[in-house]
This record gives sequence, structure tokens and C-alpha cells, in this order.
Amino acid sequence: MTTTHAAEVDRAEPATRPGGLGRVPLAVAPLNRKDFTSDQEVRWCPGCGDYAVLATFQGLMPTLGIKRENTVIVSGIGCSSRFPYYVDSYGMHSIHGRAPAIATGIALAREDLAVWVVTGDGDALSIGGNHLIHALRRNVNITIMLFNNRIYGLTKGQYSPTSKLGKVTKSTPAGSVDSPFNPISLALGAEASFVARTVDSHRAHLSEVLTAAISHRGASLVEIYQNCPIFNDGAFDGLKGPDSGLIPLRHGEPIVFGTDAMLGVVRRPDGTLAVAEVAEVGLENVVVHDAHRDDPTLAFQLSRLTDSGAIRTAPIGIFRDVERPAYDDLARAQLGGSSDPDQRLAELQGLITGPDTWTV
Amino acid sequence: MTDITTLDHVVIRFAGDSGDGMQLTGNRFTHDTAAAGNDFSTLPNFPAEIRAPAGTVAGVSSFQLHFADFDIRTPGDAPDVLVAMNPAALKANLADLTPGGILIVDTADFTARNLAKVGYATDPLTDGSLDGYQVFGIDLSGQATAAVTALGLGRKEAVRTKNMYALGLLDWLYDRPTESTLGFLRHRFASRPDLRDANIAAFQAGHAFAETTELFATRFRVAAAPVPSGTYRQISGNKALAYGLMAGAAKAGLQLFLGAYPITPASDVLHQLSAAKGHGVLTFQAEDEIAAIGASLGASFAGSLGVTVTSGPGMALKSEAMGLALMLELPLVICDIQRAGPATGMPTKTEQADLTQALFGRHGEAPIPVIAPASPSDCFDAAFEAVQIAIRYRTPVILLSDGYLANGAEPWEVPDLGKLPAIDPAFATAPNGPDGSYLPYARDSKLARAWAIPGTPGLEHRVGGIEKADGTGNVSYDPANHEFMVNLRAAKVAGIVADLPLAVADDPTGDADVLVVGWGSTAGPIAAAARSVRSGGRRVATLHLRHLNPLPGGLGEVLARYRRVIVPEMNLGQLAMVLRATFLVDARPYSRVRGLPISSAELAADLAAIIDEESHA
Repeated sequence: MTTTHAAEVDRAEPATRPGGLGRVPLAVAPLNRKDFTSDQEVRWCPGCGDYAVLATFQGLMPTLGIKRENTVIVSGIGCSSRFPYYVDSYGMHSIHGRAPAIATGIALAREDLAVWVVTGDGDALSIGGNHLIHALRRNVNITIMLFNNRIYGLTKGQYSPTSKLGKVTKSTPAGSVDSPFNPISLALGAEASFVARTVDSHRAHLSEVLTAAISHRGASLVEIYQNCPIFNDGAFDGLKGPDSGLIPLRHGEPIVFGTDAMLGVVRRPDGTLAVAEVAEVGLENVVVHDAHRDDPTLAFQLSRLTDSGAIRTAPIGIFRDVERPAYDDLARAQLGGSSDPDQRLAELQGLITGPDTWTV
Repeated sequence: MTDITTLDHVVIRFAGDSGDGMQLTGNRFTHDTAAAGNDFSTLPNFPAEIRAPAGTVAGVSSFQLHFADFDIRTPGDAPDVLVAMNPAALKANLADLTPGGILIVDTADFTARNLAKVGYATDPLTDGSLDGYQVFGIDLSGQATAAVTALGLGRKEAVRTKNMYALGLLDWLYDRPTESTLGFLRHRFASRPDLRDANIAAFQAGHAFAETTELFATRFRVAAAPVPSGTYRQISGNKALAYGLMAGAAKAGLQLFLGAYPITPASDVLHQLSAAKGHGVLTFQAEDEIAAIGASLGASFAGSLGVTVTSGPGMALKSEAMGLALMLELPLVICDIQRAGPATGMPTKTEQADLTQALFGRHGEAPIPVIAPASPSDCFDAAFEAVQIAIRYRTPVILLSDGYLANGAEPWEVPDLGKLPAIDPAFATAPNGPDGSYLPYARDSKLARAWAIPGTPGLEHRVGGIEKADGTGNVSYDPANHEFMVNLRAAKVAGIVADLPLAVADDPTGDADVLVVGWGSTAGPIAAAARSVRSGGRRVATLHLRHLNPLPGGLGEVLARYRRVIVPEMNLGQLAMVLRATFLVDARPYSRVRGLPISSAELAADLAAIIDEESHA
């Protein structure tokens, strides 16, 4: 691409476009996967689900059309949090659980950045739980990829806040007595405006959901079911195969799944959701997914279809995608004053002098 | 005709119930005092409870003002004048009043029930227990109410003007100009003409009462203090600190990003900066202390000047993130407005016991520069310097203020911002490595690393808390590299000493045996004590440390010149320990941990004894 073309692109670009990337400058020339690949050797265990997510991420980034240098990835601590080192953008590998807080500062300070958070089930839901819920509540314009492998991997195999009850690990030799979080339910309870789930091995779905997430203005949470082959291998195998309970959610479409879409989600007379055979209840009685409704009740009910023990049934896709003012936009709108340095100094001089002075 | 007695200094304490408006009264008297040209220093003292039960000792709020015709350094140890608005205020403050001091008491609340509530078996106004003072029992509430009845206020609102009545009385007694307070009342109650008129009426009635009553045989005059010409204002430590941060950010051309979580006594800095959003300031009230520093660090990474402000408990929570900040080598200013600890301690009371936490309270070898302001107005200069160091050296900097400085106030010559030095953020904009690469951990002559912010093409890079390889910043577990980087980070902070003035003792006679070393807010009490000791014919040297890390050059040599080194601190000897460890000198702690500033009178007496002992040794 030539710079002439780039200039045309820039001119054609409105001051702000809608969506999460609306204030991020566009790339002057098309980028490719290699542009988002750093020179660092990737060091996850063989077979780790993180590889698939990284590859998908590096593949989707060029399709967003934004400048590489305006991309920032912030992570906490854990296996997945090594992610930023492998992407050739700006990045920070921070401390345990704090990535959403750090990303909040970045997003507040700069509207022209695409800000990603990479975190895991221990990082986001245990030590960093407070930051996660508040980032979602505030609706800061960041996109959180929550790698959920239902185990602590980096510390070599302790149970996590998403491990199933009874999970036998090094720290729970007699079985865990901790009830797990449902990350989707948690995010919805925290007033998140975009909540989705995807799976490491479903590359197209992963790419589609992540693209929708970063394009959403406000905080987006994407739970990614990610297999840890060393400490929790096969945790999501129950979702594999045509007869699995993987329930794809598509806005505006009836929620059907299974072989030949024989199963559907229906509403019982008491208002709760249940799974039924479509042939028995009729397609017209299958619940139609509505991700854009302001009321989060349906999204929450759908999240409760997820198994909390061994996972055999779990909806994936976008549970909720609603418009709500982003915290950082609102905060910036309150700022005023001059951008001219001399004027700024003169105005500050007036402030520090104040109304009550005396002269000697 | 009333006599006029000329005094060189006076300490007045206004004390009353939390709802009596004592802070406002004290502040207005301070403004009227500033207008009279005196030097002054103030100290508010309020309960942690927002609305403690009325009339109880726990609910007493007070404001102390010291003003003089010379440069004073403290709000005064003991008041010469106590204004007590109820029995609880009398009970809580009488012990501090100078023997023979003036006691002005609002008698309205001295009922049997109220006296019993605070444990008075008999009425102190009549039982002779106040015989050692000049007592003026006046029905301030009743007289104020009477003065405003014609204005149609309800009884409750009418009686609330008693603080202005008392202020009018004091303004007359100390010959203060009244224009400033009248102007203030007109402005403050602009939207409530009834309250405006009532408060002005009460203020003027108090003034007129003092003038016409024969109660006061004399009024007092304190002449203006000689000060350099300039424009002055009253400033508290927290406000000065906020302004210093803003000035630093403005001189650097950076947005000031404050991440903070409310905590006493630091919240006022959050308030000041939140009200200044038109001045290149963005504030973020975080969900907790860790998020506050985390967001600030994120903002610094993105090219703002990140600042976080807290007190001791918050410092403890932020320590891991401070370690990350120094590992990332990004500018960050961490303000610790110290309060009495540990744990919750006494949130509204002052202390200096976070020094070792600031110096050493992180895991690993984690050096962070530490700066401590010496007075309320000095908080401006110290904050500005913290910004300079943070940006110049790409490092977190800890600013150690305390509750005494935060809430105390004094006159401040408003600086000309145009004359403050510019601060160059010196963002990296071009590759600095071989083959057009960018080395985020390449360093300049001061060992400061390159700082490229997101949005800069070609300088994409990753930082993180894992040990960095020298130059590239890549993850490194190499033993030799770790040792190199640990030493390098230490050398960078130690090297700041080159920018600092050398340690110099204030030793007027040049031959004192005893050196008093202080830091932070003890500057005032130490200076006042030294003045007193010297006026008594004794020799004493003083040295005040503004930089706690690195310590200023030449300090060891100065310390070695004295036979005795005394270190007054509001802790159990933290600086003394550092001096002993660093310089092998017999520095002796002088510790006071009462939640109050060190008493200059007590310190002067103790120093005199030490000096005498030393001279006989």
C-alpha cells in the first residue's frame, strides 16, 4: 500500500466512528498476522489451549483495521497472562489480579487505544475479583478475555474459583468444598454491558465473538473455555461432539442445539428455562435469543443452563450486548480547560492564587 | 477607653461541638489575621466520628491558631486563649490552656444535665476550679439569638449564629480587620439572604458587645510580621500538595491522572483535584487502594502523569503495585498523608511512622525515592519536586506528608508558575537500538530508561513485572542479569543525590555540641525549640531532611561533627535507625507518638537538659 492510499483512508475517516474502536486511528496500510507476532518464543505447554487463542487473536487483529501501535494488551499473572509478550503491540504483564484496574487507567487516559485485558479464572475471579466486577460495572471501554481452564496452572494445579465442587487437586486431596463461580452470571450481576462465552478449539466462533467484543463500546467480558492439558485435561470434553450440550446463542434466532438442532430452550410455565425436544414442543415455542434487551434476566437465565460440575451443557456466544455510556467517555466529557500549554498555566495560576489574597 | 496591650504572639483555640462551626470560625479568624499582616500557623483537631452525640467530649471539634509579629513555625503548643462553646469543649481542652490564660465560655449550655453528661459534678464556672484563669462567662448563644430575632429565623437557625457572635467578639478583642469576614458571609450565604443577614448581624453584635461591655479591660494588638513583599494567601498542606502536583503536570505538559480511594486524611487531595478537571486533571475514584495505584500506573504507561494519594493503610495495600511501578520504571507519584497507625490507628491524628514502610515496605530490592515536605506550604514545592524526579528518572516517588501538614495552614507567597522550571517528559519517538529496533530499557546518563507511549509507531514493546533483560526488557531469568538489574535500579535511585543540595546544618555559633536532625512536619517544632534554646543562651545545631531516599550528600560528615545527635520523630525512632545503620553514628531517638505534633516547649526543655548534660560531660 502506498501512503497516498493511506491519506485517502485517513480523510475518509470520520472524527469518531461508532463502537469500541471508534476513536482508534485506522491503519494506513493493511496489516497481517505477522505484524502482530513478536520475536519472543511462545512458552506454553504443548497442547495448551492458549496457543489456539493466541493464533486466533493474531489472525483477527489485522481485520480490525486499526493501527497496531494503538493496541495495548494488559495481563495479570497466570499462564495466559504471558499473552502480551507474544503479540507485537504495546503490552504490560502486570501483577496478580490487577489488570482490569491498570487497563482502566489506560482507557481513561487515552481514548485512541484498543485496550485488551488477558486474565484467567484465578486472576480475574479470585485475587482480582473486585477489579473485574467494578470494571464491568463502570463499563470502561476495555475488552476482557477470561481464559477459564478451571484450575491454577502456573502454580501447578490447585483448584480455582471455577473448579467443580469435589475437585481433587494438590490443595484439595479430599476434594474441594468450594462452590464455583459462574463467570457469565457474575458478569451479568456486575451490570456488564457485553458478556459472551466461547471455546478455545472453536476458532471461527472465538474470532467472531472477540471481534464483536472489541467492537462494543464499554466493558466486554469474554469467557473462553480453555483446556489445560497438564492439570485439568479434558475439562471441556463434555462439550465436544454433535450430541454435546453446547448451546450456540445467536441474537434473534431460536435457541436450538444438538444433532440436527433437535433440542431447544423453552420457558416453563413458572418462567424458568428448560431444554426440550423441538419436535415435541414446536419450534415456535423455543425461546428466541435477544442479546440486546436491556433487562438482563434472559441472559442470566441462559447463563444458569451452564453445568457447575462436570460441564456437559453450556451456552456459548453473546449472552448480552447492550448500549450503555462508557465510563471513560463520561469522565472525559467532564474535562475542560485549555490544551494550549501557556493558557493552561495561566488558568492554573489563577486557581492557585485564589480569591483570598493579600499583598505585602 | 479600653487599654491596648501589645503582644508579639498569641495562640487561640476555638472549641465546641462538631456542629458548632468551630472549623469555620477558626478559618475566618485566620483570614482576618492574615489581613492584619501577621504570620500564622493553624491546626484543626476534629473527631473521627462525623456526628458524635452532641455535647459529649467525643464530639468536640477544635481549631487552634497561632499568630505573631515574627515568623512562627508551629500552631503553638498551648493556647493562651480558649473559646469553649459548651461544657464538653471546656472539659476536653482546659488542661491545655496556659495558666492565667483567657477563657471565654458560652454559658448557655452549662445546665446541670449537660454538666453531668461530661462528668462535671459541680459547675466549673462557679465552683472555683477555674480560678487560675481569666474567665469570661458570656451567654453567647442567648445574645446571638437575641441579636438575630428580628430577622425572622427559627430558633435553631438563630442559635447557630453563636459562632459568628464569638468571632465578632474575638475580632474586636484582637483588633482584627472585619472586612474579609463580612465579604465572606455575603458570598457564602448569597442564596440565603436571611442567613446572610443573621450571620452578619450576629458577627457585628459580638463585635459591638465586646466594645461596649466593660468585661474586657484591655484589647490586644499583634503587629504585622515582616515578610518579603509579594502576593500571599492562606494554604493548607493538602491543598498545596494538590497544587504542586498540578503545577508539575502542567510544566511537563502532561495530563495529571489521579487514582485514589477515599481515606482520612488524604481524601481532601482527591477532592481538590476532582474540582480541578478544567486544569488538565482527570481523577478516578477507584474500587480500592490497589485499583487506585493500578489505574494510575496504567495512565502513566499511556503517557499521563500517574498519581495516587492515600494514608498508611492504603500504602500497605499498594506495596505490590509500587514494586511493579519501579520494575516498569514509569513515573508515578505516591502521596502518603500519614496518620497514627498501625491498622486503623487514629485516622484523624498525625504520626510519622510510615517512614520505614516508605523506604523498605516492598518485597525484593525495591528502592523508591522518598521526599517529605516540612510545612503546609512546602507541600507545594515537595510535590513539584516529586513530579520532577518521577519524570526525570522514570520512577515511582513517595511523598510523605502527614495529618498535621495536611490540615494545618499558613501564609503562602503564591509562586509565579512561569518561573518554575519546565519538565521534559522526553518521550521516545524513534528507534534507539540496532537495526531500527526499540530498546525500552536503554538508559541515559542518569540511568533513566526510554519511555515510549502507546500510539508511537515502531516502538511497540512489552513491559512487565518479571525481571527484565538489560536493554531489551525481555523476560530474563539469567542470574547475572538479575544481579546487574538489581544493582542498576539501586544505582539509579542513589544517583538522584547528584541533583540534591548537600546536607547543611543550621549552626549559628558554629560550635554546638548537639545536632537535632528532623524530617517532615517536625521542622516547625524543632525550629521553634531551637530558637527557644538559643534564646536561653545555649548552642544547638539543627538539620532538616527533605530527602529520605536518597539521603543528601555530605550528611555523614555533618553528623560526625557533633558529639550528640538527637532525632525527634513522631514514631519510635525510624529515621534514627536509618542514620545509625547508614552512618554508624550514635543518633538518639526522641519519640513522641501521641497523635499530635511534637511540643516545641517540651522539646526545648528536653534539649536544654541534653545540652547541659553534654557540656558537663
